[in-house]
Amino acid sequence: MKRNTPLIFAFIVGMLVILAEFIPHRPFGELTSTLENWFMIISGFAILLGQISLIRVNSHIIYHKESNWQYHLAGMISFFLMLIFGILWGMQESIGLLGHGERISQAIGMKPFDYLFEYAYMPLSSTVFSLLAFFIASAAYRAFIIRGFESNLLMITAVIVIIGRSSFGSMLTASLPEAYRFWHIPRLADFLMEYPNTAAQRAILISAGLGIVGSSLRIILGIERSYLGGDK
Amino acid sequence: MKRLLIFGLLSLFLLPLGAQTINVTDVPWDDGKALDFHWDFPKQPDSLWLCLQDAQANNTRIEIPLSKAGTQRIGELSPGETYSFLLKAYWGDERERFAAIASPKAAWFYLHKWLFLLLLLVICGAILGYIFAAKQGKDFFIRRINGLDSMEEAIGRATEKGKPILYVPGIGDLDDIETIASLTILSHLAQRCAEYNTDLIVPCRFSMVLSASREVVREAYQKAGRLDAYKQENIFYLTDDQFGYVAGIDGIMLREEPAANFFLGSFYAESLILAETGFSTGAIQTAGTAQAHQLPFFVVSCDYTLIGEDLFAASAYLSRDPQQLGSLKGHDFGKLLVILLILIGVILEIAGITWLKDLITGALA
Amino acid sequence: MKLSARTERQIIYTLLIIAVGLPLVFPIGWKTEVSGYTEMAYKLIEETPAGNVVLISFDYDPSTITELQPMAEALIEHAFKKNHRIVATALWPMGVQMAEKAFQEICAAYPNKVYGEDYVNLGYKVGGMVSIQAMGRNLKEVYPVDSKGTHYDELPILQNIKRLKDFAWIASLSSGVPGLKEWVMVAHDTYGIPVTGGCTAISAPGFFAYVNEQKQLTGILGGLKSASEYESLIDRKGTATSKMDAQSIAHLLILVFIAAGNLKVYLSRRRKRNA
Repeated sequence: MKRNTPLIFAFIVGMLVILAEFIPHRPFGELTSTLENWFMIISGFAILLGQISLIRVNSHIIYHKESNWQYHLAGMISFFLMLIFGILWGMQESIGLLGHGERISQAIGMKPFDYLFEYAYMPLSSTVFSLLAFFIASAAYRAFIIRGFESNLLMITAVIVIIGRSSFGSMLTASLPEAYRFWHIPRLADFLMEYPNTAAQRAILISAGLGIVGSSLRIILGIERSYLGGDK
Repeated sequence: MKRLLIFGLLSLFLLPLGAQTINVTDVPWDDGKALDFHWDFPKQPDSLWLCLQDAQANNTRIEIPLSKAGTQRIGELSPGETYSFLLKAYWGDERERFAAIASPKAAWFYLHKWLFLLLLLVICGAILGYIFAAKQGKDFFIRRINGLDSMEEAIGRATEKGKPILYVPGIGDLDDIETIASLTILSHLAQRCAEYNTDLIVPCRFSMVLSASREVVREAYQKAGRLDAYKQENIFYLTDDQFGYVAGIDGIMLREEPAANFFLGSFYAESLILAETGFSTGAIQTAGTAQAHQLPFFVVSCDYTLIGEDLFAASAYLSRDPQQLGSLKGHDFGKLLVILLILIGVILEIAGITWLKDLITGALA
Repeated sequence: MKLSARTERQIIYTLLIIAVGLPLVFPIGWKTEVSGYTEMAYKLIEETPAGNVVLISFDYDPSTITELQPMAEALIEHAFKKNHRIVATALWPMGVQMAEKAFQEICAAYPNKVYGEDYVNLGYKVGGMVSIQAMGRNLKEVYPVDSKGTHYDELPILQNIKRLKDFAWIASLSSGVPGLKEWVMVAHDTYGIPVTGGCTAISAPGFFAYVNEQKQLTGILGGLKSASEYESLIDRKGTATSKMDAQSIAHLLILVFIAAGNLKVYLSRRRKRNA
């Protein structure tokens, strides 16, 4: 029963959602929106679950002074600091328990929550994303090596797109006559992105889409049960 | 209700000779939210003014084109509710009023989606047919998927080195089918890790993924008879923030130095950050996603990559269950069907025959 | 001299910092040619009549602010120039602050634009595509108040706005899920509303497929280059244009790295052959 109940539930709900896609009449027409509302409500509660897990895991490490516990403590302090500032003085236009915190806002230029968001969180978040630039450089150094026909093709197209996507690209072939404008590097780069690249992406999307259909069908029919934690 | 009755009676009184001048019909095969308002006058009016009144006596002015005859579709109505229409037409100083009452009805089928349903039934039928054939004992050839075959090698290496395995189930939530596919692979991997007594670290981005992952891993350890080795603290929530999550995983990779990394699920811009950091630690890496624009980054930095459909085929491939393997042949049938439709469509378009394209485009509406 | 992989990475990263940093301090001023995709997005806004209410969804967070914020500012400025009234929403929690920053930046140059009449920030809603579908049926139910707590009915800009179909165009600036794809699937495919938007350069190839005959996307701004192209179209001296020099130099440097990598492999093969 413990194993069969979620399978039956998955089957019924899966079939209902598929039917709702084709049948506009009540109750099917409203079914999707009802399920959507339920999902929104559950998502809201699920956020709390994550926070509880975060606090439990980090508290355990800090309490038992496991390796690198200081960093976990810094993480927890940051978490509670933002939470407390937000609750006490609110953020932007919203009011907190202690009002809008006019005196603190005057001293630091904005509310404490907004201050930490603007000058701590935003630069940190941008920094992690900017690591991508370094990794692209090191990946390019390692990966674009001439080995055979396919790697040659890869490198040629990569060079065209890299140059075409910079200001430099339009300057290099700006003087080409109109009859040869196709070979203007930015245009060539756009062509490569629009046709070969899009064709390949669509092929992958189509096969992934079919994979999704097959996978969903197996889950709905109960053939696939690994997501529940076991085959049988 | 009273106002509606009065309006109805008034409209009967006001109907001129030739009551066929206006007509309101229900839009067929729809969700019951639209009506078609038709008008046909002997001569072009100077202005037209159409008012719609619902059952609560709320009036709405509807813009219609100024023409002798025409049809205007009025949407965003409530199915089953009665609507009254009042049309005022002006020819110079002459004014005529026309009224009608109608009620939109929801149909039992979206007729324009018939092709979509047919394709779905054909593909699902093929998948079920192959599953049935597999149950009867028919053997199907499935090509090798190196990324999945490498799982044993990865676990073996981790066990030799005494290092853990890192498994990232993607940045999607549980409603993402890629995440579900990832969890099915996690189940198989967790069972192997339990058998080899190798630690498995699973950082999660969403709480629901966390709950599902814990359940999957726990069950896998129980199935392997090693429930005592299961460590709940190894499957934990990091943060909802995309790059905070990535930063956390990078930290785990650099501190714990896992021998094998698995990036399976939905990934976006952070894919290269994860893959390159893992590469720098010397771990054997297997990645898989259906996000086509992230695949190049994984291919460059990972030892094995599951491309698109391979991710969804993983569970069938790993379990070697005949029924699941049969369903993979159904995928192939679907691909063949799509290839045929593309080829036929391209040839027809080149020949200037557009009915197939119009048919498929109509089904998407 | 054989360098370890770690040392090679350190050299690459150092050179990259210098290559990106110098043009930011000493701008070069290279011009960027406008691509077809950017022009499509520009035309959609340019050809929409004045007075229309439009929606811009801020579906990104500070990590991608460098690429997407200039796009947001350029779109807002263009919309203000065309006298469109802007409704801002966010499907990502931080999107609300991104919207606030963008409006603050642009409204400094448009002091006559009044909050609540010319633009409004409705705030963040959890649920992704589910929220968009709900907006398609009834916007007020999804956003009963705006991000400042003002009731829907008290905002003049929302007087004639009941659902998504009432918007003239929708732009989504997205760096992941939920984002542009969800807006295409619901706003365009279900309701037929023109959708345009912007994304990071790394995600842009995935969206080109949607710029098709069915106009699922009316143009797409992919990355900093597209942002700078858009700025040039609306004659805006924005941050994207000034950062393009750094991006161009970085691209050139990557070409140098590719050449260096190939040279290294060639020399290594030659050494093995001679050995």
